[in-house]
Amino acid sequence: MSKPLLGIILGAVIGFLDGLTALFTPEADQIWNIAPWSSLKGIVVGLIIGFYARKVDSMSKAVVFGLIVALFFAFLTALGQYLGEGQHYWIEIMLPGTITGAIIGYGVQKFGVKPKVSKSEV
Amino acid sequence: MTWLSDKTIRHLREVTNLPDLSNTKYRCLQKIASGGMGTIYLAEDTLLHRKIALKILDIPDPDGDLAQRMQQEAYIIAALEHPSIVPIHDVGFLPDGRIFYTMKFVKGLTLADEVKKSRALPELLRIFQKLCEGVAFAHSHDVIHRDLKPENIMVGGFGEVLVMDWGLAKLLSPDNSSQTLLIKNRTTDSDKKQKSGEISSTLKTGQFTEHGTVMGTPAYMAPEQERGEIDQIDQRTDVYSLGAILEFLVISFFSKKKSEIPTNSLSKNRQRKVPNRLQAISEKAMSENKSQRYTNVLDLVADIENFLNGSPVSAYRENFLEISWRWLNRYKFLIFLILVYVFVRLLIFFLSNL
Repeated sequence: MSKPLLGIILGAVIGFLDGLTALFTPEADQIWNIAPWSSLKGIVVGLIIGFYARKVDSMSKAVVFGLIVALFFAFLTALGQYLGEGQHYWIEIMLPGTITGAIIGYGVQKFGVKPKVSKSEV
Repeated sequence: MTWLSDKTIRHLREVTNLPDLSNTKYRCLQKIASGGMGTIYLAEDTLLHRKIALKILDIPDPDGDLAQRMQQEAYIIAALEHPSIVPIHDVGFLPDGRIFYTMKFVKGLTLADEVKKSRALPELLRIFQKLCEGVAFAHSHDVIHRDLKPENIMVGGFGEVLVMDWGLAKLLSPDNSSQTLLIKNRTTDSDKKQKSGEISSTLKTGQFTEHGTVMGTPAYMAPEQERGEIDQIDQRTDVYSLGAILEFLVISFFSKKKSEIPTNSLSKNRQRKVPNRLQAISEKAMSENKSQRYTNVLDLVADIENFLNGSPVSAYRENFLEISWRWLNRYKFLIFLILVYVFVRLLIFFLSNL
């Protein structure tokens, strides 16, 4: 399976699972809103990581890149979750969300198939 | 009267002992090694300006059998064009009638010396895999080496691995396909055309080895070879030797003193943490019963690759704990990330409920 496609699948699954952890928070009643959006976030993150991993064949770089991309999108998500009085779920969303990016980066680089060298590149 | 110094006398002695290559394009430089039926010299190809290794038959050969054997050795190596098989450049006769052939001069160490360096186990196993690939190629052309040992394996400065000394090689198949390969290789050389009858008599399988003859190095010799059972020798004979070389590599790696290569077997070194799977691979290759060994060298290579990848090997049946441990070891970083994620989630959960 190509790395971008694997990134999409891993991002969707891990993002959905990450969203499900909202069941253990006060926002549990919004779970059917949180989980799909988390999955969508995971898809976008996974796709970006997948394209990066195609170009850079390095596990450590894929993990670090995944961390950074997921951190950025987790920041945007936390920014959107306004709790009033200037409060956001910074730690609750960004910290675990960043780690999911590392997991997606590892998975894509480990199990994704390298692209074949095209004739024009030879 | 001027006396010659010891150094001068030694030099003169060395020079006079060098073979006469006057009717060839080679210039002899120095002796490299001797053993078996030939001596190997470092020489220079004066036309191409490159260093080559030149092997000369230097023991009495009244019947001409040894010269024929050496000629067959040259033909076998010439027919086996593979990155892990030393390439041969030329074959001919000296002014004194002795046969010689030239081959690539390999700058490097024998495997026996290479293991004394501080190499990681995966590196040593990769060298072993390259060696196996060369042997597998020879087997695909029905050629059995019969004398595989660390001293006959050269490791070059750039990581190239070359199988040397095919002096005991045996052409297995009596069918035309293998002989055609060698005959074709022989008759394309316009300077050495011979009648087809002479060629076929030279390339007959097993011509030089009579039943009961024991040829090889004892420590790396398969049981059927030790017993002189010529008709029992096939690819699995070389598989045995490769298993012995693998055992040598593993023991050398796990032994504490790298300068003293122990001769005891792997089982006695179990306490030094030789992986069970690797030990099993070696033991399977070195089974006394030929039918229990790897069928071919490529199966051995596949198991080594599986070992390096952390995958199951065919030679060893793991229990549940071993499978779990291997899986944990293989994906330890992923498991670490998952545990960190779970820990962070739990921490956030407990802190938010305080």
